[in-house]
Amino acid sequence: MKISDLFEEISLALLANKARSGLTILGIVIGIGSVIAMISIGQGASGSIQSNIQSMGSNLVEVMPGTQKSSGVSSGWGSSQSLTLADADAIAAEVPTAKAVAGEVSGRYQVTSKGKNTNTSVVGTVASYPVIRNVEIDLGYFISDQNVKSMSKVAVLGSGARDDLFGEGVDAVGQVIRIKGIEFKVIGVTKAKGGTGMGSQDDMIFIPLSTAQKFLVGNNYLSTINIQAQDAESMTELQAQVTNLLLSRHNISNPDNADFRIMNQADIVASASSITDTLTLLLGAIAGISLIVGGIGIMNMMLTTVTERTREIGLRKAIGAKRKDISLQFLVEAVMLTFIGGAVGIFIGWLASIAVTKFSGVATKVSLTSVLLAFGVSAAIGIIFGYYPARRAAKLNPITALRYE
Amino acid sequence: MIECKNIAKTYSSGAGEATVLKGLSFKIDDGEFVAIIGPSGSGKSTLMHILGALDTPTSGSYLLDGKNVSDFSDDELADIRNKKIGFVFQSFNLLARSTVLRNVMLPLVYAGVSKEDREIKAKESLKNAGLDELHFYHLTNQLSGGQMQRVAIARALVNNPSLILADEPTGNLDSKTGEIVLDTFEALNKEQHHTIILITHEREVAEHADRIITIRDGVIVEDSKNTKKSK
Repeated sequence: MKISDLFEEISLALLANKARSGLTILGIVIGIGSVIAMISIGQGASGSIQSNIQSMGSNLVEVMPGTQKSSGVSSGWGSSQSLTLADADAIAAEVPTAKAVAGEVSGRYQVTSKGKNTNTSVVGTVASYPVIRNVEIDLGYFISDQNVKSMSKVAVLGSGARDDLFGEGVDAVGQVIRIKGIEFKVIGVTKAKGGTGMGSQDDMIFIPLSTAQKFLVGNNYLSTINIQAQDAESMTELQAQVTNLLLSRHNISNPDNADFRIMNQADIVASASSITDTLTLLLGAIAGISLIVGGIGIMNMMLTTVTERTREIGLRKAIGAKRKDISLQFLVEAVMLTFIGGAVGIFIGWLASIAVTKFSGVATKVSLTSVLLAFGVSAAIGIIFGYYPARRAAKLNPITALRYE
Repeated sequence: MIECKNIAKTYSSGAGEATVLKGLSFKIDDGEFVAIIGPSGSGKSTLMHILGALDTPTSGSYLLDGKNVSDFSDDELADIRNKKIGFVFQSFNLLARSTVLRNVMLPLVYAGVSKEDREIKAKESLKNAGLDELHFYHLTNQLSGGQMQRVAIARALVNNPSLILADEPTGNLDSKTGEIVLDTFEALNKEQHHTIILITHEREVAEHADRIITIRDGVIVEDSKNTKKSK
């Protein structure tokens, strides 16, 4: 039997039962469609989280105080007091791979303007901060070295904080805000970055480091030291050098007892992707179940078809069809169903992911890998679930098949 | 040419063994028109299956055109059925929802004949079976019983087989249509010298053949020329 004849036979058989073929295909369409849509949501989420992290600054290494080992509940700001401005200065002076260093103290405070108030993150830092953390100024200026030296009560608002305190798009430069009851003059507003969720820089308010230490915290410790490496390759070296420097400065001989921890961007991205990977896997598994159900639908239809067409199979064998001809006909029929279902499912899944992005704003990404995977899986389902019915058809005895009522 | 030597067939099941054919021997020459007649349970269907290469005998040998078919594999039997045997069944066994032409071309599909040749051969075969050209593109379920059996005969003829096996071909037809179908077989035998074996339980049907083999309880009780046949 020639290939072209095989396909002609199969198309005729599928068209002979349009409703049943259509419904069986629908099962696969839903399965493949949801796999594509779910994976695209998972991968989109992981993509947007990663780009958010990247937007926090390039080649960034953060040094943070270690967890407080004495009693007490950690309360953010100053919970463990091990890093000082002197540490930051020492890193800047002694570590050659550190391109820029900015110490910071941060905490959440109630911030008010005329009649409006918000609870947001206030960051006390120095002039080099915007370079390291990718902050861009929209209006006015960022905090200068002079501001830090003279302990000025000036503030730079994140675009989101500005929107909350003064209204969207209002020029807040020159206005006054109160943080913890203390008046600050607004000298600048940052450009919106569009990141969402915890730690978005758009919602932050920046003030001079010295001012924050004196008026808000009341001590001389830092909550983070931000360091920018010269390039991506020097990150590991930088991390090692900073660790050694701080250990010797803090008189700690055993690195296991370090009173600080160092995180670089790669670590943050890795921990974030492990979460999104789990999410993708979970969504994919849910979709996979519907794919298996679709496959069982194929098997059910093929078994019904084999039973219904027993006499036809008997006749085909009587006039010279070999086992291979019969099994191939039913196997390819099943594969064709799943293949059509797979193609339509990929299209529907792609449309669904576009709709999700449009209506919920969640980023989605249909990757070539997931499309190829879906095609492979649908073909495999056709073969797996079509094999048994095809074998059953091929094994039919022509005499009993011809007599079948 | 067909030669059966001491053919026996035994079916074994949980209830024991049942011997359906008990050593049959006969020869059928090319161009003969033979009827095999016997009541139900006589073993004529089993004999038909063996002659049609649908089944193999338990013992004895069946030579079709000099080849011993009795020890062929499944696929080899399929090949023999495709090239050497044409079946005509009581219940026609046509593919519904398919055109007449498509049904007749089906054996050629499995024989691997090219599309153009298939159509030429199928049309020729349909003409030989006496079906009007008008119906070639009709669906088979739109035809009358007599027309359906002509399509089945055309399908049996299309590969130019050595042997046409007709199993109760008139069983589902009224007597008048049955006569026409039997006349078609006679014409195919007389004019085109096809070898035809007709399996039936009705004496009037069998009397269209030139030779009648009567079997009962798995043995041949009579094998003689049909004397009643006119001409």
